[in-house]
Parts: sequence; structure tokens; C-alpha cells
Amino acid sequence: MSYLEYTQKATPTGLRKVLYLNWALILLLTAVACVGFLMLYSVAGGSMRPWAGPQMQRFTLGLTAMMIVAFTPIWFWRNVSALAYGLSLILLLMVEFFGTVGMGAQRWIDLGFMRLQPSELTKITVVMLLAAYYDWLDIRKVSRPLYVLIPVAIILLPTFLTFIQPDLGTALLILVGGAAVMFCAGVHWAYFAAVIASAGGIVTAVFASRGTAWQLLQDYQYRRIDTFLDPSSDPLGAGYHITQSQIALGSGGWTGRGFMQGTQIRGDFLPEAQTDFIFPTLAEEFGFVGAASLLGLYLLILLFCIVTAIQTKDRFSSLVTLGVTATFFLYFAINMSMVMGLVPVVGVPLPLVSYGGSAMLVLMAAFGLVQSAHVHRPR
Amino acid sequence: MKRSQKEAEDSARKITRRSMIMGGFMLLTGGILAARMRYLQVERADDFRLLAEENRIRIDLLPPARGLIYDRYGQLLADNEQNYTVVMVRENVEDVDAVLDRLSHIINIDMASLNRAREDMMARAPHVRVTLADRLSWDEFASVAVNAPALPGITPEVGLSRIYPFGADFAHVVGYVGPVSDYYLESTGDTDPILQTPDFQVGRYAVEARMEQDLRGEAGNLWVEVNSAGRVMRELDREAPVPGGDLQLTIDTGLQNYAQARLGNESASAVVMEVETGEVLALASSPSYDPNLFVRGISVAEYSSLTENPYRPLASKTVQGLYPPGSTFKMVTALAGLEAGVIEPEETITCNGFVELGTRRFHCWRRGGHGRMNMVDGLSQSCDVYYYDLAQRVGIEAIAAMARRLGLGMRHDLPLSGVASGLIPSREWKLANRGSEWVVGDTLNASIGQGLVLSSPLELAVMTSRLATGRQILPQLVRTLNGVNRRMDSFAEMDIPAAHLDVIRQGMWSVTNFRRGTAFGARVTEEGYEIAGKTGTSQVRNITAAEREAGVTANEDLPWERRDHALFVGYAPVENPRYAVSVVVEHGGGGSAVAAPIARDLLLRAMYGELPPLSAYPVGLRREIEEMHDNMDLLPLEILRSTGRVRA
Repeated sequence: MSYLEYTQKATPTGLRKVLYLNWALILLLTAVACVGFLMLYSVAGGSMRPWAGPQMQRFTLGLTAMMIVAFTPIWFWRNVSALAYGLSLILLLMVEFFGTVGMGAQRWIDLGFMRLQPSELTKITVVMLLAAYYDWLDIRKVSRPLYVLIPVAIILLPTFLTFIQPDLGTALLILVGGAAVMFCAGVHWAYFAAVIASAGGIVTAVFASRGTAWQLLQDYQYRRIDTFLDPSSDPLGAGYHITQSQIALGSGGWTGRGFMQGTQIRGDFLPEAQTDFIFPTLAEEFGFVGAASLLGLYLLILLFCIVTAIQTKDRFSSLVTLGVTATFFLYFAINMSMVMGLVPVVGVPLPLVSYGGSAMLVLMAAFGLVQSAHVHRPR
Repeated sequence: MKRSQKEAEDSARKITRRSMIMGGFMLLTGGILAARMRYLQVERADDFRLLAEENRIRIDLLPPARGLIYDRYGQLLADNEQNYTVVMVRENVEDVDAVLDRLSHIINIDMASLNRAREDMMARAPHVRVTLADRLSWDEFASVAVNAPALPGITPEVGLSRIYPFGADFAHVVGYVGPVSDYYLESTGDTDPILQTPDFQVGRYAVEARMEQDLRGEAGNLWVEVNSAGRVMRELDREAPVPGGDLQLTIDTGLQNYAQARLGNESASAVVMEVETGEVLALASSPSYDPNLFVRGISVAEYSSLTENPYRPLASKTVQGLYPPGSTFKMVTALAGLEAGVIEPEETITCNGFVELGTRRFHCWRRGGHGRMNMVDGLSQSCDVYYYDLAQRVGIEAIAAMARRLGLGMRHDLPLSGVASGLIPSREWKLANRGSEWVVGDTLNASIGQGLVLSSPLELAVMTSRLATGRQILPQLVRTLNGVNRRMDSFAEMDIPAAHLDVIRQGMWSVTNFRRGTAFGARVTEEGYEIAGKTGTSQVRNITAAEREAGVTANEDLPWERRDHALFVGYAPVENPRYAVSVVVEHGGGGSAVAAPIARDLLLRAMYGELPPLSAYPVGLRREIEEMHDNMDLLPLEILRSTGRVRA
């Protein structure tokens, strides 16, 4: 179905669109963002500065961006998806050459008023282009090898560029997020089985290559894997993050130590508590109840998005929504698994909660796509 | 692209199925995450809570206040004063040198000691606290506190430091404290963790060192919450330290001060004891030094001036110095003779100035001889020939046994540093240590306290106390610890017949009160305050026959280190003895001229409890004594009377 076939009359126009927004989703997103404000306030020792205040401004900005994206017809986004993808690739190439060096990796472009991380943007543009591709593609050709290779190329190109930045976390998100769109589009099982099987082979190769001339990962990435496998091997060095994170989590108990009472935070034992390690802070201060509630909110967001995806009969809308959903899921699942010691430490923030401008804006804009799909769905 | 209705429905159905599968996978993952949360936060909550506590809680040791040391009247001899210090931890300091440079502009500190502290700090682990400067004035302390933001890593702190108000007077008794050295830890095997804290001071000498365990006290604990950088966030709990025990010594500050002043700049020592109780009232050794120098950290120049001084100011000669007792030993030989029954007190021996033994001549100090001497004469005129004769009858075994009964040749273990044991030689000792047989000549030399015999001033004072009381007096230096008595209460009889002791005492009386006594010049003329004693002049060189031919060089013409030691032992009052004294002036010359007047002055000072009146002295001496007292730098009376600070 293309936009020409949409029942134009059923699609709301102008300000009437406000009534057709998925308000439950907006409420859930705001609730999660408020958890973030609360924790950033706590991490700063009971202060709006330096994190909670700016984070609120960004969320407001994000909400605005979401509205603008939502009010724009979804077919517009489908038509510009190739352009958006190309633009994000150019930006990714630019950080390779003009990027500011921060945290040991070239990841952002200074736009003056904010620092843009093209890799964040790329997560969404890849999803958009893939959705547009499968909207265009004859359904019967979806699993043909040639037509599988094209989306694989679409995914791998930015994945590679992000990986060499190096930003393992985002590369992983782009890769798996794109794969999720392919999966939902109906690509044959066998491809995924083959990829998972060969991934096992690659992991073996990665470990086998360690210390040789053709070493596949950076040293620090190997060390992260080492300390993940045995955090106690170096409790004051590289394993410090994981150890302290689990201490913070565990010492929260059922109901936590109380707001602003977390000793791990007050004593600066937990590094990066405002970004990647904000979840242990929440878990320490609000306990299992608080941590599980946030997980519940996240799962509810996923539920609403999937329902939207199923409701809409437009292929592009569904796939974009599912792609955004998968990316959002990967964000919090990887972050939580990482701080709980289930996967190695990769730099993935907790979505909408961790302090960070680009990620917040891009995520809200992505949810704008979901909203747009919801508003402009064929009726 | 344009699709048929069927295609669109196929697409929707496929997407619905796949998104359901994906949703299921997400739900499963959510379940795993929740399970992990439950495992960490519920099942292992206690473990992690404990780890979090270990993270944030640090236990600091609180140093105990060191026990105070008082004299017998409650005069404070060792006090704790507030010490303003500057401590630095270099852990989180980026530019240590810049900080030290700024500090040197704020406080008055010499660059050499600052550099020493810097090297010390750099050599240790980064989190170790190192003292940069101490004994700051209040103004300096305050300005460091005010400038704290410009001095990262530096904290001004208030600690306790030892101070000895009477300085040099008590260096040889109370001693001093000093920092804990690696050598100290090794040699004592002391594992008290408080020793690891910076600036903690332990006793290094004399009473401070020997009573260390009693004086130190027990460290308290401070539980503080810290952050990951180790900075203290707040205090959680506190267990107060137990202060060290307070010591009360038997020393009389006034007498000690007088004794040190009276010895002046001689290389000399004196011991004053209470004869009945054995309590040591004064242990003077001169020259002395200011023990506060060691507490503050003595400079190399100051230290070498002490070690290079030929008068050995660092030596506590009262207990460390061993001297041939000379004629002060003659009471031992006389008593041995009486005990063995080889001589009667009234029996006379004729002195011709020497005794011939084989080819060797043993001379009396008086070249022309004393003539006929009984035992009292032999003591009062200190006739050597009388004892040569007596010694041949008694033998060395009896003399040595009597010496030991009188407390010689044994280590009186007062809590002082380096307490030495005198030497009472025997045949076995000589064979083992000198590799030669004992000969009669050795006995003759020993009988007049020469040759191999060695005694410390403390031993001689103990001997005198025993002669005066007839009991086995042992010296006492500590009266009470935290108000609990630490003295010996009673002393057993020596089992020496009173008649024998009376002869000896009569001899000692006549030394100072009989016109021909060797120390008649040092007599006391005030009734009831008369003293008894015995002079000694011990040779530190052998006079060769050739020298004797050429005429013995006068003592004064010899270089200092070859002159005779001057000794005197005595007690007073004669009728009812209360105090015993021993005085040794190294290379001082004759006992009667040099040591006896000092002993007399000490005994008088002890008996009167203040400066003795001139009436106690023979008329001819009074002007000289008055002048001497005027020139002595003594503690003012109001200080000596301002006592009563003893904690019961």
C-alpha cells in the first residue's frame, strides 16, 4: 500500500491530529524521563545542576521534536528515508575526519548549540531506510539472496563506520536493530540461523586472534571482556565498574536505601553514575521495587509500540515502529544486562534516563515516527 | 509500491506473526532481567550490603594521650602539650611541588626540612599521611587553615606532643620520646597498630622507654564514612582511646635540680637515696642535655656536639658508668674480715707505706706510712696497707661474697636505659676473661677497690644504704602507677652482726668528723645533721716503678683523661640515717677534696628539704658556700612548691 491508497478522509488533519496521538505512550515516556530527572537530581547530591536541569530542557526539546515528527505524515518520512540515511552516513564520515575527540573516541560533531552524535542518528535512519526498502520490495522477493544482500549492506556500512570510531555499543545497536527490521519484514529463518552460527565462529576467532598481529578488537575491548568474565580479577582496576555497580544494586535490597541515601553514590564509588551506570543508582536507592517498576515501564512502552505496529496496515509504518521498538529494547536490555553483570561493559546508556543530549533527542524523534505512524494509519 | 489486497494482507499477517515472536523474545529478556534483579537485590542483598559498608566505612585509630610522669611531690616531669602540625597526603595532589612552595610562603619552615619531608612522602605510598611541619604557632596554624583551598592534600592538625618542663635536669631519669623507627619495630617486636600512625611517639630512653607499655595507653577507634577518594564524609562512631597510666617517680625535683647544678660542668654523677625505703631521690649525671631536642627532632649539628663531647653528656653515668670504687670499697673488705673472724676491730696493723709481696711492692697512698692502725683508723685515714694485710688473711672469696651481700656487682634493674652491672672479680672470672691465674696481688688490689673491681654510682649508693640500715635495701624509682603502689615495702635483714656494722659506721663517722679523717674538711657542724662517709680516689692508670723513681707526677699535671676518679659515699644524719649518697667525679682528682663536698651538700639539701643554712658548714667555708649558692642556677622555690597535681 502506498499513500495514494490511504483513505485520506479517515486521516486526521491539522490540530485534530493531537486527539489521535498515542497519549498512553507519551505518558509512559514522560514517566520514564521523570525517573531520570529524579535520579540525576540524586546523583548530583540533591541538585538540579549539572544534570537534572539540562536533562529536563532536552526532554522538552525532545517532546517538541516528537510532536513535529508525529504531525508530519508518515509517507513524508518514508520518502525522505534514503536521504536521511545518506545524510547520516556523510555525518559519520565527517566525525572520522573532523570529530572532536571525547572519551577516547571520535563520536560527535560540534554544532555550536549541541554536540551531535551521528551514530545515534544512524540507528534510526538505518531502520527508516530498511522499512522503506521492504515497503518497496515485492514481498515474494524478500528472502531471495540478492534482496537480502542489499539490506545487509545498508546495515553493515554504518555499523562498520561506528565500530571503527570505536563505539562497540552503538555499532551493536545498529546491527541488531537493523536485523530486527529484517526479521519482522519476513526474511527467512535460515538466514538468521546462519548468521548466529557464524557469529559463534567469529567470537572464537576474536579470542583466537588475541595477541596476534591480526588482532580483531582493541586491547581495551578485550580487557572489558576479561573483566566481564571475572570482575573480581581486578576489583580496583578495570573490574571496578562492574563490582561497584553490583554492590550498589545488591545493597538496595527490596525497597532500597531511600531517595538520596545511596552510599555508593554519595561516596563516589560508582563511576559514570549519571550516564551508563544510572540504573544501579536507582536500584540502590529504590531497591528491587524501584528497579522492577522501571523495567515494567519499559516493557509497557514496548507493548504499546508493538500494538501500534500491528494496528497499522501500512508496511512502512509497521516496520519503522518495530525497528524503533527493537532499538529501544536493545538500549535498556543491554544497559541493564551490563550493569547487572550479564554482558560485558559496552557504552550503552539507559534510554531516556541516562544523561545525554543526542540520544534523548534522537529517541524522542524516533518515537515521533511511531506517533506519526499511529496518527496517519490507514483507517 | 502498489500491492494487491491479498499481498497487503499477507504482509500484515507476516508482520503480526514476526512482531509477536519479537515481542515474546523481549518479554523473555525482561523476565531474565527481572530474575537477575531479584537475585542481586533480594537473595544476595545482605552480601552486597556488607560490601557497600566495607566500601564506605574506614576505621581510624585515635592515638591515646601518653601517661604523665610526676615526681614524688606531684611535680609534673613529662607533660603533653598541644602540637599544631601540617600533614599532607599526596594521593590526589597534581603538583606536589607547587603546593609545598605555597606552603613555604605561608609558614616559617626551612627548606631543608621541607625537602626531607617531601622525599619521605614520595618514598611512601600515596595515601600515607606525612607530617611536613610541626610546632607551628597558632597564627601559622590558622593561616594554613584559611588557605586550605590553595593547599590541596594539606590539613592542619592538632596533636599531643611530649614536653619536659625541667629540660636537662631529667634527661637521664625521665628520658625522652621519639618517632617510631623501623629499627624500633624490629628490635621490640611491638605490633601495636597505633605505632603505624604518623608522628606517634614512643619512649626512646630511660623511664619513657622502659615504662613504655604502661605509659602508652590504648588506641581508640574512629569509624568514619569515606568516599572513593578516601575523604572523610562524616563520623559514624567513636571509641575513645584509653590514656596511658600516670607514673609517679620517687625523685625529688628540688634535690635533682640541686644535684645537677651542684655537679655543674664536671663529668660526674651522683645518686641520693632514702636508706630505709630504697627510694631514689636524685639521679644526677652531668653534663646533661635538653631531652626536648630529641622530641622535636635533633639536628645533626646538635647531635654530633653531644656525641663528640669528651664528657659524654648522653651517658647516664649513675647507672651506666662503671668505675673502680677505690677506697669506698674498704668497708667491704673490713666487714669480710670481721665476718671471717680474722681480725678484731681494735687489732692494729702497722703501716710503713708499703707491703712487699715477692718482688712487688704495694704502696699506701701515704708514702711515709700511717703507723699503727686499728679498723676505725684504717677507714678514717684510708690506710691501704691495713687492707693489704687484711686481704691476705681473708682471701678474695670472702671479700667478693661480702661485696655481693652489700649490693655490689649486681644489676639493680631500675627502669632506666643501659643499667650496667658492676664487676666483683673471682678466680673463675679472671681465668675465663683474662686467661690468667688469680694471684695474691689481685686480692690486694681488689681489697682497696682497685684492679678488676668495678661499680656504678647506683651500686655504691645501695651499698651505703645497706651499711646504714643493715637491711638488703634495693633501689626504687617508681612510686605509683595510676595511683597504685609499685614500691617494695620491706627489705630483709642482711644477717651482718650489728657490732660489725657499728665498727664500720664508726669508721665512716670518723672519716668526716675526726680531725685526721680524709674528709674532715667536708664535715657538717650543725648538730643532728652530721654526715658519715668514705672517700675514694681511684686510679685509672698504673704507676710504673720508673715513674715512682722519678717521683709520681702530681694529678693536676696529667692530661684530664688520665687523672684519678674522685669518689665519695656517705649517709646522714649519723644518729638516725635517712639519706645515702654516692658521688663520682670522673678524673676529678682526690675524693676528699672534690667528691666529699658535693656529697655533703647533697645530703644537707636532702635533710633540710631546701637550701641548707650556712650554720651547717664549718665557719671557714661559709663565705665560699654562700657564693656558690648565689651562683647556682636553681629552680625558684615557688615552682617547687606548686605541686599537688597527682591523680590518685
